Amino acid sequence: MMATIGELLWTPLQYPFMVRGLWAVILVGMLCGVVGCFVVLRGMAFFGDAMSHSVLPGLAIGYLVGGGARGPLFWWALGTAIIVALSIGAVTRSGRFREDTAIGIIFAGMFALGVALISMGGSYSMDLVHFLFGDVLGVSRTDLGWTGFFALMVLAALVLFYKEWLLLSFDETLARTLRLPTGALYYSLLIVIAVTVVAALQTVGVALMLAMLITPPATASIWTRRLPAMMAAAALIGATSGVIGLYLSFYAGIASGAAIVLVCTAGFLLSLLLKRLLKG
Amino acid sequence: MSVASSVTPVAEVHGHEAHHRPEEPILEVKDLTIAYGQVEAVSAVSFRLAVGDQVAVIGPNGAGKSTLFKAIAGVLPPAAGRVCIGGSAPDEHICIAYLPQRNEIDWRFPVTVSDVVLMGRTRRLGWFRRPGAQDRALVRDCLAVVQLEALADRRIDELSGGQQQRMFIARALAQEAELMLMDEVMTACDTPSKAEIYRILETLKARGVTVMVSTHDLDEAATHYDRVLLLNRQLHGFGTADEVFTAAKLTAAYGGALRLVQTPQGTLVLNDSCCGGGGTP
Repeated sequence: MMATIGELLWTPLQYPFMVRGLWAVILVGMLCGVVGCFVVLRGMAFFGDAMSHSVLPGLAIGYLVGGGARGPLFWWALGTAIIVALSIGAVTRSGRFREDTAIGIIFAGMFALGVALISMGGSYSMDLVHFLFGDVLGVSRTDLGWTGFFALMVLAALVLFYKEWLLLSFDETLARTLRLPTGALYYSLLIVIAVTVVAALQTVGVALMLAMLITPPATASIWTRRLPAMMAAAALIGATSGVIGLYLSFYAGIASGAAIVLVCTAGFLLSLLLKRLLKG
Repeated sequence: MSVASSVTPVAEVHGHEAHHRPEEPILEVKDLTIAYGQVEAVSAVSFRLAVGDQVAVIGPNGAGKSTLFKAIAGVLPPAAGRVCIGGSAPDEHICIAYLPQRNEIDWRFPVTVSDVVLMGRTRRLGWFRRPGAQDRALVRDCLAVVQLEALADRRIDELSGGQQQRMFIARALAQEAELMLMDEVMTACDTPSKAEIYRILETLKARGVTVMVSTHDLDEAATHYDRVLLLNRQLHGFGTADEVFTAAKLTAAYGGALRLVQTPQGTLVLNDSCCGGGGTP
C-alpha cells in the first residue's frame, strides 16, 4: 500500500513539465497567499478580480505583436497591470464615482478589449482558453525564473513596508496624522498586487486568479489571530492547494487551474465546518 | 512615569520639525471653514486652547464635530481660515492624535491590543525599522496608564466598547501626542467605563496633554471639563460651562432638538439627540 502511495506521488515527477509546474504552483501559492491577506483585509476582492481580467488586452497585444511568442507576454501583462492599477487607484481616490463603479467600468472595458483583440488573431478559442484558465504545465524555465524573481521582490517589499501597509490598511487617519505618505503607500500596495497577479497569471489564468488571492487568506483567517500568522498560514495553504490540485489534475484529467481553485475552496469549506465542530 | 522619560525629543523626528513655540497656544483655530463640495460643514470657527485644557465639544448630530477634529488633526484641508498647533500648521506635527469613532474601524482586523498601540510608534520608529525592546516596554507602560495590561494580547474584537476606547488612548500615548481629539469616546461606554476614562483624563491633565472630547452628554460636559465648546456648523459658545449653558446659546445651537425646562433647581436641559455615533464624515 505504502509503495503505491509513493508511486502515485513519484510518477508525475518523472515528467520535467510536471516538476516545473509544481515549482510554479508552490511559488505562486505562497506569493498570492501573503499578498492576498492585504486584499482580503482591505476589502479589495473586486479590485483583485478586475486586475487579473484587465491584463487580457496586454496579453493579446503582446501575442499579436510577437506572432505568438511566449517570452515577451510577461512584460506586456506587467505593463498593462501597472497602468490599470494606477488608473483604478486614481479614479478611486478622486472620489468622483463609487469605487466599485469605477473598477467595474475599467474591468469590463479592458476585458472586452482583450477578447476583441484575441478574436482578430485567428485561432481565437484555443488562445483565449489558454489565457483565461492558465497553462501551468507549459511553464518554461525562464517563466519560472521570472516568477521566482518577482515573488522575491514582492516579499522583500512586504518585509520592508509591513508596518506602514498594516497601519494604512487598519486606520488611514492615523497614518495621515503621523504624516506618512499615504498616497505613495496606497499606490505601491496596488503595484504589489498587480505584480503578484502577473506573476501568477500562467498558473491559474485571469478568470480564476481571484480565488488564489482571497481563498487561502480567508481560510487562514479562520485559524489564526494575528496578521503575521495569517500570512504564513495563507502561504502554506496556497502552496499546498497548488500541489494537491496539480496532482489531482494529473490523475483525474481536470484542468489544472480549476483543480487548484477547487482544492482551495474545499479547504475553506472544510475549515469552516471543522472550526464550527471544534467550537460546538 | 517611564512613558515621559523615554520621550524622543520632538525635534529629532526626521522630516518634521514640529517645534512648539512656547509663546504660541497649543491650538489656535482662526476663522476656520471646512466644506464638502459646496456645503460648509464648519463655518468661520475661532477659538484657542492652552496646554492642558480639557474641552467638551457639544452640538447636535451633524454639527461638524468630527469634521472640526479632522481639520485640527490636519487630515481635512480648510476651505478658509487656519489651524495652528504651537504656532505652525497641523501637517507639520506628529503630536496630534485623532481617536476614531467605533464605526471607522474594522474590528475583525487580525491585530491584538498591543499591535494597535504599537502602531502609534510607526513614525518615531522610522522606515525599515522594527520595534525593539524599548518600544515594547513603552507599549506596556501606555497600556498600564489605561489599565489594559492584562488584555495586551487580546484581539481587538474581544474588547468591550470602553476597552476599545482606552486602547486608542494608549495608542495616542505611544504616539507621544500632546493634543488628543477623542471623537465620541464615551458613546459606547457604560458607567464604570466612563469613570475609568475620566480617571485617565485626570492622568492626562497631570501630564499636560490637551484634550478635546466630542460628546452628547450635556450633563457630563458641564461637570467634567474645563471648558465647553458649543458647535452647530458655527461656534455658538466657548468658555466655562456657566458661560456656555445659557438658554439662548443652547437654543441657538440645538433648535428644536433640545428642550429647556425651568425647575426650582435651575434650568433643566432635555436632549433628545440620543442616537450617538454621529453620521458626519
